[in-house]
Amino acid sequence: MPNPMKIRATASGDHTEVKVLMSHIMETGQRRNAAGEPIPAHFIQTVKVEHAGRTVLSAQWGPGVSANPWLAFRFKGGAKGEAVRVTWVDSKGESRSDETSIA
Amino acid sequence: MSPDRRTLLRHASSAGVMSALMAWGGWPAQATAQTASGWNKAAFDGQKLDEVLAALGGTKAEAAGDVVLLAPDIAENGAVVPFTITSKLPGTKRIALLVEKNPTPLIAVYDLADGTLAEIQVRAKMAQTSNVYALVDDGRRRVFAVKEVKVTLGGCGG
Repeated sequence: MPNPMKIRATASGDHTEVKVLMSHIMETGQRRNAAGEPIPAHFIQTVKVEHAGRTVLSAQWGPGVSANPWLAFRFKGGAKGEAVRVTWVDSKGESRSDETSIA
Repeated sequence: MSPDRRTLLRHASSAGVMSALMAWGGWPAQATAQTASGWNKAAFDGQKLDEVLAALGGTKAEAAGDVVLLAPDIAENGAVVPFTITSKLPGTKRIALLVEKNPTPLIAVYDLADGTLAEIQVRAKMAQTSNVYALVDDGRRRVFAVKEVKVTLGGCGG
């Protein structure tokens, strides 16, 4: 099981600001190891952020996103205590879903 | 863009329905070969800017001040270059980031729901000094902003 994400969701005015730091190697498949063999690609491909049963943001990522990816955005609505769930799926089919409540 | 799409998105909870909708997408469906997981393999595998744009489908993009790409002038570490993309187009549906001289230029594509602000922060790898494009689509127009970022230490390969 991959390491948990760090998610912070903060209500400010009529918006909720979501900041996510994921833990992932984001290997491009371009690099070679010491023996000169290619290191296989391993990166997050899709990310979904849900609030109150609806997807507020969905993303497709390539290997060009930095290791331990960062995601920050805002959406309208959201009240303190409500849940925000972030889910990612990577190129090896591994996935991770974490939830936080809006502060 | 039919108004039904938003309604559908709101009710689409299963992954299957989601990916079907994403395959349909906000961009014209031409040449959008999506994988089952809703990941546009053709676009992410494209090695030239033209290939990526073709795989993303849609009309020609125009340069306009409606998109703001915030990026450093010089990136000391190409492994982590911070970008902020802001669109002033009302009803922005999709935001994409491309680094022209990376082995695969397409970095990320974001699909925004109604009420999600068109301002996204992302950290990307840059192999070398390159033009960086922020591409934005509101369902009718496609506009981009471009900025050159100088890289002193590359973040790909090595």
